[in-house]
This record gives sequence, C-alpha cells and structure tokens, in this order.
Amino acid sequence: MTDFSRLGVAAIRDGVAKGDFKAVEVAEALNARVSAAKALNAFIVETPEKAIEAAQAVDADRAEGKTLGKMAGVPIGMKDLFCTEGVQTTAASHILEGFVPTYESTVSANLWKAGAGMLGKLNLDQFAMGSSNETSYFGNVISPWRRNDGSTAALAPGGSSGGSSSAIAARLCPAATGTDTGGSIRQPAAFVGISGIKPTYGRCSRWGVVAFASSLDQAGPMARDVRDCAIMLEAMAGFDPKDSTSLDLPVPAWEAALNSDLKGKRIGIPKEYRLDGIDEDIAKMWDNGIAWLKDAGAEIVDISLPHTQYALPAYYIIAPAEASSNLARYDGVRFGLRDLPEGAGLQDMYAATRAAGFGEEVRRRIMIGTYVLSAGFYDAYYTQAQKVRALIARDFENAWASCDLILAPTAPSAAFGLGEKNADPLSMYLNDVFAVPASLAGLPAMSVPGGLSKDGLPLGLQIIGKALDEQAVLNAGLAIEQRSGFTAEAGEWW
Amino acid sequence: MSVDKDTVNKIARLSRIAISDAEADKMVGELNGILAWVEQLGEVDVTGVEPMTAVITNKLRLRDDAVTDGDVRDKVLANAPAKEGSFFGVPKVIE
Repeated sequence: MTDFSRLGVAAIRDGVAKGDFKAVEVAEALNARVSAAKALNAFIVETPEKAIEAAQAVDADRAEGKTLGKMAGVPIGMKDLFCTEGVQTTAASHILEGFVPTYESTVSANLWKAGAGMLGKLNLDQFAMGSSNETSYFGNVISPWRRNDGSTAALAPGGSSGGSSSAIAARLCPAATGTDTGGSIRQPAAFVGISGIKPTYGRCSRWGVVAFASSLDQAGPMARDVRDCAIMLEAMAGFDPKDSTSLDLPVPAWEAALNSDLKGKRIGIPKEYRLDGIDEDIAKMWDNGIAWLKDAGAEIVDISLPHTQYALPAYYIIAPAEASSNLARYDGVRFGLRDLPEGAGLQDMYAATRAAGFGEEVRRRIMIGTYVLSAGFYDAYYTQAQKVRALIARDFENAWASCDLILAPTAPSAAFGLGEKNADPLSMYLNDVFAVPASLAGLPAMSVPGGLSKDGLPLGLQIIGKALDEQAVLNAGLAIEQRSGFTAEAGEWW
Repeated sequence: MSVDKDTVNKIARLSRIAISDAEADKMVGELNGILAWVEQLGEVDVTGVEPMTAVITNKLRLRDDAVTDGDVRDKVLANAPAKEGSFFGVPKVIE
C-alpha cells in the first residue's frame, strides 16, 4: 500500500488524476499523521473534515470526467495568518483567539479552487514576528530534527512559518502556505531541509492575510521540492483587485517551464554576505552551491551589494513602524479579545485589551514602531530607513548589470535550540541577516536544501532573482536540488 | 538618541498598551539596545536619495465609483466581543 506521507504535491496530483488512488485515501492518511504528531505542536487547529470534504469533491469531479485543478486532491497546511471562513484564525495571538472570519483570504480561496484541501491551521510566531516560533501564544513549535549527537534537545523550526516547516519536514503534509516579511518562508525552510519561495512583492494577494508590515508581506509556498513549490505558487498567485498592490499580470506556467540547464546564466556571489567569522559549515555549503551551479552551466561572477549591512537595521525600523499602524485595529471593539477592567473607560479598555492580548515581542515592536513614527523622530528614523531601503534596492539593480541571479546562504547558522536566543532580541534579529535585503527590495527569493551541518542539521542555500523572474529562481533551485543529493530526513521520534 | 522611563511610558500611552512600572523599567533597556543598533543608519550618505515608497513600480488603480460591497451587517458584527442590536458595544464614553 502507498505511504501517502512520502508523496509530494505533483505525485499526489498525478496519482489522483490517473486514478492510482482516491483523493480521500490521501486525506485520511494525512489526517491521521497530523493527529498523531501533537508533540510537534505544528497545528493550532486541525480540520480533518475540511480535508475530507475537499477530497470527496475532487473524487466526484474525476468520476464525472471534469477537468481537475492544479492542486486537485492535495491536502495542505494553512499558516494561521490566512483568514479562513468559518475556521478560527489567530495569527498565533491571544488577541485573536476565538476570531472566526466571515470571509476567505484570496490566496486560500485560490488554493481551494485549485482542488487543495485543508488539514488545519498551522502555528507561527505571533503576528509573524519571530525567527524561532517561540512567540506563539499557543506554544512553541518543535522541529522534527535533532542533532546527531544523541541529544533530544528541542530545536527551533525557524520562523515565522515554523508550523509550516515543521509539518512538512515531519511529512504531515506535502506542502503548506507561508508568508515572508523578512525571511519567514526561507529561514524556516532552511532550518528543516525543505524548499520555499517568496515570490516578487505583489504576486500573491495580501487580501485576507493578517497584516504585519504591508510593504514587505508576501505569501508563498513551502514544500519538499522545487517542482512542488512551482505548482503551488501557480495556484496561489494572481491579480486581485481587492489588494491595491497586487500585480495585474498573468501567472506564468512555472512548472511547465522548469529547466535546470543554466547555460548563459550569470550567478552573482555577493562579497558582503561573506561575513567575518562566517560559520564553517555555511561557508562550505555555499562553495558547494557555487560548484553545482557551475556544473549546471552557469557562469559565476563576483558582485558587491555595498549597503547589505544596513538592511537589518532599516528593516527593524520599517517593519515595526508598519506593524504599529496595522495592529492599531486590535481595539477590543470589533473583533477579538476585550479586557474591560471594572469601571474602565474606553481608553483604559484599549490599553488593557492590548496589554493582555499581545505577546511580549509584539508589544516591543509596536512600541518601537510608535516611537520611530512619533513627532520629532520620524525623519531621523523612518525617513532615513526608507532612503537606505532605496539604496539597498539600487544595489540589486546595479548588480543585475553583471548577473541574472544571486546565490547566498539563507541563514547564518543551522537551527538553534529553543530558548537559546530569546534572552536578547537583537541576537534573534541577526538570524535574518541574509534574508532581509531581498524582502526590502521586493525580489523573488527561494531557499533550497544545501547540505547538513556537522551536527547533522539541514542548511539552506538562497537564490535571489530579478523582480518577476521567479522562473530563473526556480530553475536554479532545481539545478541545485538535482546535484545536492539531499535526502536526509528527521527521524520519527514524536 | 536614547529613551528614559518617561518616554517609554509616553510611547506606551501612544500605543494604547498598558504597562506596569517593572515592564517600563525593562523596556528602557531593550528599546535603548535596539535604538543604539539602528543608529548606524545615520552613517549612510543619503544625499539626493528619495525615500522608497513602492518596491515594485505599480500604478494605483482607481475603480468605478460604485457600491461593490456591503450589506453584510451581521457578518461585520459576528466577531464583536460586545454588541447590542446592530451596534458594537463600548463602555460609556461621555460622563
């Protein structure tokens, strides 16, 4: 009998279409795996009935000879940042506990229309603010990976899409949605040895996605290989009049055009990413990646992105500033939590509700954002950061004169242990050092597995492309995937 | 630039987040750590650089001036923590 947990998006879709198995069999098998993996805490809400319902519809359509969608019969996990009609949506925050949207996000609606089904809502860092999944009100997500020294220390699955990464690596689902504001798809993908792509800003609609930093937020797929990412991105992307920054462009046939022959492609290696004291395993993996792309026919060129070191500090002004504005909507009046102390007036209710409802990291970022936008400081912080952001985007523009793609590590280290980095917010922020520049410039960027660390933990290679050139990014990802021989997986201890 | 406890309390008020005295003390150190780190942006020469307003060039669309949505009062009220009839409920605002 087929072990459905071993099948990816393409294999499930093709098997269902050919009639090798029924979509319902896949949904049942994965529902059972989700329900047996509670120790990972990857899901906030499980929705087995939704997975079955979608699968039955696909099986019925096939029986009637109807054309099946791009994701027909594929059960997926939905990051709990996407509003799902009739299913609690929390952004992993107490302030939204019990919030049941009366509408569906555009991206999730696109996926259901394509025939996917929902296994449940995936845990994440609260309001997507975090790099380790330790800020969720619903508890830490645990990575299925363990170090190879026999230790049972719980490791971070990355963040903010840590429920997504953990569930995919543990084979609870073949794919899941993620969102990436400053690395939240790529860093968790790297930490657990899977693939994930953040498309160009504007490819996927933000409508119905709980907002963090609107000029940076972008949804994308996470899966176990590059082809599966291409399929799912096609299903998620597309113009949406309800999002004013949605790009009014046709969705390319990324899967059909996959091609790992990189002849004629120039790959830039940014010297500023080779930080002093770079982790030895990371440096070695990066060199391997360069060799693999060369082998695929690409030409390697050295490039410079001179403002790289300013990307993180600019990000940690811009993202909190936008968050402080976006999160003003949580007022205890229209939806979510209300904390009304005895005898309190309206202002006291706002303050009490927000103190009780937001976690520590969220409060910290709202306060930083409020400060940098406040009278007298706006120009010194926010305007300066937006000017630096323009320079970072210009760095990439200049680089495209001599290269077509950029190859770099996804994160500066392998996964760290839970609790190892949360004493100091800054040391956690530094984890996004390689991921943030592409976010600030709105460029497509992908992480694919690049090897294992000495501790036996996955490491990720990042490919950054020109705006709208997801195809080249996916193609280079495929070229790496075909050469890295990455087959390692986490042992099933849960 | 650095913040003191009064400033932290003022930011908390502007943010509509209640904080205790102990939290304000802790926040002084944390915010100053982060602000000291972002200070390095001041080193960058931004002469003649316009602040970024959009990462991908995209023109803002205008739609027809017509009602395209609405008439969903019950949906809008569905998640309200307190409501009376067809209204959101809030504590008394005027004494």
